[in-house]
Amino acid sequence: MFGFILRRVGMLIPTFIGVTLVAFFFIRLLPGDPILLLAGERGISAERYAELQHAFGFDQPVLIQYFHYLTGLFHGDFGMSMVTRRPVWDEFFALFPATLELSFVAIVIAVVIGIPAGVIAAVKRGSIFDYSVMTSALVGYSMPIFWWALLAIIVFSGWLEWTPVSGRISVMYFFEPVTGFMLIDSLLSDQAGAFESAFSHLVLPSIVLATIPMAVIARQTRSAMLEVLGEDYVRTARAKGLRRVRVVGMHALRNALIPVVTTIGLQVGVLMAGAILTETIFSWPGIGKWMVDSISRRDYQVVQGGLLMIAMMVMLVNLVVDLLYGLINPRIRHR
Amino acid sequence: MKLLTKALAATALAAVLSTTAQAKTLVYCSEGSPEGFTPALYTAGTTFDASSHTIYNKLVEFERGSTNVVPGLAESWDVSEDGLEYTFHLRKGVKFHTTKDFTPSRDFNADDVIFSFMRQKDPNHPYNKVSGGTYEYFGGMSMDSLIKDIVKVDDNTVKFVLNQVEAPFIANMAMDFASIASAEYAAQIEKTGNLDMFDQNPVGTGPFQLVAYQKDAVIRYKAFADYWGGKAAIDDLIFAITPDASVRYQKMKAGECDVMPYPNPADIKAMDEDPNINLMQQEGLNVGYLAYNNQKDKFKDVRVRKALNMAINKQAILDAVFQGAGKAAKNPIPPTMWSYNDKVQDDPYDPEAAKKLLEEAGVSDMKTNIWAMPVQRPYNPNARRMAELIQADWKAIGVDAEIVSYEWGEYLKRSSAGEHDTVLLGWTGDNGDPDNFMYVLLGCDAVESGANRAKWCNEEFNDLLVKAKQTTDIAERTKLYEEAQVVFKREAPWATIAHSVVFMPVSTKVKNYKIDPFGGHIFYGVDIDK
Repeated sequence: MFGFILRRVGMLIPTFIGVTLVAFFFIRLLPGDPILLLAGERGISAERYAELQHAFGFDQPVLIQYFHYLTGLFHGDFGMSMVTRRPVWDEFFALFPATLELSFVAIVIAVVIGIPAGVIAAVKRGSIFDYSVMTSALVGYSMPIFWWALLAIIVFSGWLEWTPVSGRISVMYFFEPVTGFMLIDSLLSDQAGAFESAFSHLVLPSIVLATIPMAVIARQTRSAMLEVLGEDYVRTARAKGLRRVRVVGMHALRNALIPVVTTIGLQVGVLMAGAILTETIFSWPGIGKWMVDSISRRDYQVVQGGLLMIAMMVMLVNLVVDLLYGLINPRIRHR
Repeated sequence: MKLLTKALAATALAAVLSTTAQAKTLVYCSEGSPEGFTPALYTAGTTFDASSHTIYNKLVEFERGSTNVVPGLAESWDVSEDGLEYTFHLRKGVKFHTTKDFTPSRDFNADDVIFSFMRQKDPNHPYNKVSGGTYEYFGGMSMDSLIKDIVKVDDNTVKFVLNQVEAPFIANMAMDFASIASAEYAAQIEKTGNLDMFDQNPVGTGPFQLVAYQKDAVIRYKAFADYWGGKAAIDDLIFAITPDASVRYQKMKAGECDVMPYPNPADIKAMDEDPNINLMQQEGLNVGYLAYNNQKDKFKDVRVRKALNMAINKQAILDAVFQGAGKAAKNPIPPTMWSYNDKVQDDPYDPEAAKKLLEEAGVSDMKTNIWAMPVQRPYNPNARRMAELIQADWKAIGVDAEIVSYEWGEYLKRSSAGEHDTVLLGWTGDNGDPDNFMYVLLGCDAVESGANRAKWCNEEFNDLLVKAKQTTDIAERTKLYEEAQVVFKREAPWATIAHSVVFMPVSTKVKNYKIDPFGGHIFYGVDIDK
């Protein structure tokens, strides 16, 4: 097992270098000069332009800039935002807990609802339940997030008044963040009603963000289960007279889980993409919105740093997924 | 569930009320996060709302809701005979905010003024390079070359010596970059060596004091009890950062916001009909235009420019692009600005006359292009649509125009270099001075620097502007600018399209809110019913 872990971690190094390359060069390939964007309609004199080019290091050859960037990275320096003039690292960690909290709750919702729905749909194949789950999954998967989010706000916050419109907690509550996770911080704050407020603010965005992963997980679970349920060993288990719940839960599901776990791992990347829209619409102060703003402003350092850190998170999750395979299916460890 | 939410909201409110007995709180659903809290370092209006309009003051200020310059931290000022020296007499007894890091030992004085300007002007100033050290507005308004020296006459008097006569100087001094920070606080921080702290934990003399900022979420202020103008009527000011306009409106309806900026045009009608919303509106200090590149042969004949102007159906543009939130423009400055010449007659919409004029000029089968901005701006909500309408109008008089667009930075760069035939662009005023529109956008100097997208240098027009720059007599300047507008209309370097109307939905609980002509959002002087 140790050798397996070492091999998987070793593979992260070239991936990391690859991501730095992509992050660094792709943003520079986009048309648009960050200094001109900063100046806007006002324009900028040639001298001032040269001064700023020098100040941001853009007057050096791109390869030298990349070298400086890499050197900085190895010293823990992710650079400084051209817009806010604050270290990228500080900004990322101020915003990341909000994204993590939202994504975590969303993936939990997606798994807790998606897997059982997929299993039941497979077991009751061809039933009304099966058709309903698969149709809902298709609708959930096809709905544009921004539209679904606005619709949810209009219906649940506007008409029904079940949930607040946006934000992480009512602005009436104020406490210093301790962990950055609002549910925990609101409990720690000891302010009456703070936790309930934080919870009610989390409901709508997490459901919206969970929608696509939930649909994908439900469909994947159903198809994996259908395949496994037709296997000989499942028939044997049934023939032995085992209870149906045990056959489905212990024999079939465990084997069906491998592709499902892969899907869940891949959905973490999808969550990041979904978080960008969900965060913007629900005024959720996470890294999704931060990245979008930075791309439109061509804030190179933030885009590079943010992409790199998001990629590292996704790599980490996929590493965990790989290790989980080993637990679910011992044969994988020895390959 | 509905009951549960309401019960929770009631508990929350009760908890707050019990801790802040009868405090008046105003929630402003702002459109984005500030770049930082030192106005001199940044250029975005969102940043100025969160810093210079709350935390800081300037020596002179714009009167709330107008472009008039009124005393701020300077009670009065004198201008020397030659127009080169401005002496400011500073207000006494002005306090700086006390924060957890800083307790001021003295009142505001001339040292603070010198510090605030020299940080921007002097590259060797200890704070010049702090927080990135770029001062776009200070440089953009040519203050670095304009200010020769700043002299402390005594603790309460400071003199600015200029290199040349520049009448708009006093209006520039009311701009956000001219906010005054504490030199004492800067000196205290300098001792710690962590100079960035100065910009992160701001200390000013303004009506509100920063309490906390959570990026992309919320900014909290409390009223500064010792404010020299008297404590603000609201006790707590909260900026709830809400980037999406539809969501801001939903929050407004749910009572989670008291004021919101930049509503969606599609929501305007519903807002107007909502009994809980007071939908305020005012013409913005801006102009959207189409500039003809006068360096290209095809536009050198004024009859061609006039003909193209006469072919444009502005009313159709106002209806389709501005959806009622715009007013046809005839001058290069907006009607709310002093010296606006209302006697100027706009070119009439007359395709037949336009065709004849083109024939007279000997032009047939003209081919050109229309550059359309890729972004939405206050003066042009949809440039692509506008370009399509103009394209159709021109087609009707036999002019074929191709629509061209680039990424925004590229667009600005290429149009500045004069690669276009005609280009859609616009401008929002910085300081309420006509010079800030006419000289910046149409002066001969601006052909070289790029801001003059018409590449039009007219000696008669330029002389009037230069004269107006060199006199501080407002009546005289008004006459000169009025005359300049007549020349502008006669020569038609632009098709003036529209001035947009700014809508501001405000809760009916909010009293005395005024729309800022510069597009800012200002809460000192505003009250709210409990």
